[in-house]
Amino acid sequence: MPDAPIGAHSRRKPKSTPRTLPTSDSGARLTTSAMIASLDAEGRQTVAAPFGHALCELAKTRQDIVGLTADLSKYTDLHVFAKQYPDRFYQMGMAEQVMISAAAGLAREGFTPFATTYAVFASRRAYDFICMAIAEENLPVKIVCALPGLTTGYGPSHQATEDIAILRGMPNLTIVDPCCATEITQATHAIANHPGPVYMRLLRGQVPDVLGDYGYTFQLGKAQVIHGGSDVLFISTGFMTMRALDAARALKADGTDCAVLHVPTIKPLDTDTIRTEAAKTGRLVVTLENHSITGGLGEAVAADLMRAGIHPTFHSIALPDEFLDAGALPTLHDQYGLSVNSITTRVKSWL
Amino acid sequence: MMLHDGSNMSLARRAWSIRKLALRMAEVQGQGYIGQALGVADVLAVSYFHALTYRPEDPAWEGRDRFYLSIGHYAIALYSAMIEAGILPEDELGTYGMDDSRMPMSGMAAYTPGMEITGGSLGHGLGIAVGAALGLKRKKNPAFVYNLMSDGELGEGSTWEAVMSARAHALDNLICVVDFNDQQADGPTTQALAQGDEAPKWAAFGWHAQEVDGNDMDALVAAFDTARTLTDPRPRVIICRTRMCKGVPFLEDREITHFVRVDPSEWARALAHLDANVPD
Repeated sequence: MPDAPIGAHSRRKPKSTPRTLPTSDSGARLTTSAMIASLDAEGRQTVAAPFGHALCELAKTRQDIVGLTADLSKYTDLHVFAKQYPDRFYQMGMAEQVMISAAAGLAREGFTPFATTYAVFASRRAYDFICMAIAEENLPVKIVCALPGLTTGYGPSHQATEDIAILRGMPNLTIVDPCCATEITQATHAIANHPGPVYMRLLRGQVPDVLGDYGYTFQLGKAQVIHGGSDVLFISTGFMTMRALDAARALKADGTDCAVLHVPTIKPLDTDTIRTEAAKTGRLVVTLENHSITGGLGEAVAADLMRAGIHPTFHSIALPDEFLDAGALPTLHDQYGLSVNSITTRVKSWL
Repeated sequence: MMLHDGSNMSLARRAWSIRKLALRMAEVQGQGYIGQALGVADVLAVSYFHALTYRPEDPAWEGRDRFYLSIGHYAIALYSAMIEAGILPEDELGTYGMDDSRMPMSGMAAYTPGMEITGGSLGHGLGIAVGAALGLKRKKNPAFVYNLMSDGELGEGSTWEAVMSARAHALDNLICVVDFNDQQADGPTTQALAQGDEAPKWAAFGWHAQEVDGNDMDALVAAFDTARTLTDPRPRVIICRTRMCKGVPFLEDREITHFVRVDPSEWARALAHLDANVPD
């Protein structure tokens, strides 16, 4: 058998067809304006930079709180803290490995560092440093990362579609994926009080407020039922809980009663609550996450239910195991199944 | 300075003791990073019996100088130095590398009193030291952070992130000690990656850089003194050119590799050589 010719591999090729701009009567032209903001507001009330303001509030009474960033303070809302506490803010430059290591060093000396960057850079580039400099010794470093999952149209370089899959295998690390501004504010305080390392996915900029309307209070490690329902159980995390609530509302109009169980802490997983809810008979169980189908909430829930001997009809809404396209977020959310319309369509097909 | 027992024992004698302890530990396992331990013994003697401030009975004392072992596999050398310094008990020496030992083959903070960090994933120590140096300054604690690393770690990009960061933050309380024996797992370090001229390279990054014979006690003492007393807002590096297996001539003459092979009968021979050559 002859050797394969060099260059015969099947790498992705550049798109070959020239594109034309939409004409003026083709309707609103979607742009990549949602690239920098983590999430468009979708007509909801929003809160500006909830993480940055929560950290400032914490820092009033906690002298041990310090902030570090790898050249992304503006895009992780840490600039709010940097402005208010300039002597407690460390600009580490475009150098994620030393930012994470230095955060470990600060924690060794008794501080509680909040280190920020984009989720892709923390999970992909700084993994070994999070693992060995921080997690192995259970140091209280809080790694807070913007652009989780599909919250940017920049393409795979910025889309952290597999950050949870990468990080779930790391012992000692707590992983939090908050839904909205209220939850980010509460979670910032909660993770500061947690004695170990935490990775928190961050929505930044003008962040929609959702869970405040439901009398919800974040508890680290706890899944909570946002509202009940008899036909479907949504088990969701991150901003997909917002989508689950919207989908539940839309499905209610069609006579389908959906419960929403919000799981902001991916690790450790609140298996007690998840098992209790999933074991209630007669409901279709659907997990929803802003993350790859591989290695995220859906797989964690499925594996746990299997181990517990609980076998509901089960589906997952998640991103495909692919490098995603660039483009405008609303388009991409439709394309990859995170939009409300896409959710309701699939749930109906599963019922 | 706080010598642990007020002893006037010479640094050469301390280094001799560290070498003996390392050989005895390696003999237990029949193997170990003895080439590195023998080579770096003089550096550790100057560190623990001249430069560092610490309390042997309280390795976590807040006022101590922090000594980070970035090169985890040099643990055998640091255990020896810490036994000699009275931080670790000598009678645990025989547990080196065994189940449930406090002296695992690669140094880890959660196992051993006095072992500040978990090293071994190379290229980590200097970055952690940057954070600790920042933290000490925040606390107005005058202690130094020492980071002992190998020449092999100069190949890790993270090392150079830390180098730039330390200078950007003017960390004059950070002293990096490089054990430069030009030997990494697959061969000479300087043949694997272009290292350039070592001291000028660090100086170009804004560090105070010294390069010394790491087996010359007087040169080491002078370099550590300079690094500690300099009034200059720069981090300091001491590049120590060391010879693997130093102090045991028949091993020095052996083909030098990362993991020096020692036959079972040779441990006693090496120890006998040291016993016949006790420094003043």
